[in-house]
Amino acid sequence: MKHLIDIKDLSVKEIDDLIEVAKDIINHRDNYSHKCDGKKLATLFFEPSTRTRLSFEAAMMELGGNVLGFSEASSSSVSKGETVADTIQVVGCYADIIAMRHPKEGAPYVASVKSTVPIINAGDGGHNHPTQTLTDLLTIKCEKGRLDNLTIGLCGDLKFGRTVHSLITAMARYNNIKIVLISPDELKLPEYVKKEVLEKNNIEYVETKDIEEYMSELDILYMTRVQKERFFNEADYIRLKDYYILNKDKLKVAKNDLCIMHPLPRVNEISTDVDDDPRACYFKQANYGKYIRMALILKLLEVK
Amino acid sequence: MNIDSIKNGYVIDHIKAGKAMRIYDILGLAELDCQVALITNAKSKKQGKKDIIKIDKDIPLNLDALGFIDHNITVNVVKDDIIVEKRKLNLPQRVVNVAKCTNPRCITSIEKDLDQVFNLTDKENEVYRCLYCESSLKNKE
Repeated sequence: MKHLIDIKDLSVKEIDDLIEVAKDIINHRDNYSHKCDGKKLATLFFEPSTRTRLSFEAAMMELGGNVLGFSEASSSSVSKGETVADTIQVVGCYADIIAMRHPKEGAPYVASVKSTVPIINAGDGGHNHPTQTLTDLLTIKCEKGRLDNLTIGLCGDLKFGRTVHSLITAMARYNNIKIVLISPDELKLPEYVKKEVLEKNNIEYVETKDIEEYMSELDILYMTRVQKERFFNEADYIRLKDYYILNKDKLKVAKNDLCIMHPLPRVNEISTDVDDDPRACYFKQANYGKYIRMALILKLLEVK
Repeated sequence: MNIDSIKNGYVIDHIKAGKAMRIYDILGLAELDCQVALITNAKSKKQGKKDIIKIDKDIPLNLDALGFIDHNITVNVVKDDIIVEKRKLNLPQRVVNVAKCTNPRCITSIEKDLDQVFNLTDKENEVYRCLYCESSLKNKE
């Protein structure tokens, strides 16, 4: 039995296979509408996250399966002091697969050790969110046609942004990837990610504060939100939250086939005037998220 | 200062000065009923000063815990008043319940029955990361 706790749990081949299945689902949706008949997905959301939960639930429903679960810890036995291991063993009696979000980092790993059914990490604190990374990879593959030979700009909160760290980790396994790190000094990519991922894999990278400096070279521009909940000092958040605002003007020098991505939700970092630009891919990205989750559910349930 | 020699047991030598108490706690030496000598700030040619622990009993030693705290420590095994072996220590790949994760967002911060597990992820820089949240151990001392 396989779980997905960390994107590194999947080999490049397994990721490529998931992407191929997701693409096939997009093109032949009817072929998959009864693949999970009679199967149940439990969505255990110990902290709220509407879009990720809905994406998982929609994915299971489109496969013909059913969903059950809770959307916040206060409506579960956790509020009575139950451990993650106990909760997971009970839910394993009722569901065939579990997607779990938890505010504490490492909780899905603890669940996977005790679980009798596959566990999918749907986000644990600021740690991992592997299905977001799979979503990003499917988006890049579908929009660019490849996962190698790419120059990727990552912009915004590179310090706390788990999606950025996971995406860098995943992309480091492909050939000829160049990374442009765009952030204010206070939100730069942590040194350990540079050393243990970029430098260890000989990935070429540059750092800049100027979003326009390398704009003309980018194949992908991955924007991120400055997250209020990561700051202890509100003044720092207010000073940094609008540091980057991508608008049509800044995109003038960008390539015609640039792919603009964002894990959503956005606040101000992408102006709404960019939404109509054909290079804006962030809503398509949310849609791809459902299809890669469908492919993942099939893989973990070993449904052919 | 005179301290009796060991008949059968261990002399844990070349401990970085100031670390002996931590080792005393982690090895659970307070629980033993034999003679245990803890010497701090002993003169050392190599280190200037060092700590030493002498244990007058052949007990199972957690060498991983010792290696994790300070892999430059030497463990002398004494049998019938003679040092019969000098064990060199290595940085262990994994340590269990030797250090605590300080990340307030780690699952171990709320589930106290979980083992505290750290894996060696960067040998060159002696970086250990929590099994659960992957936070690096800020202060191995």
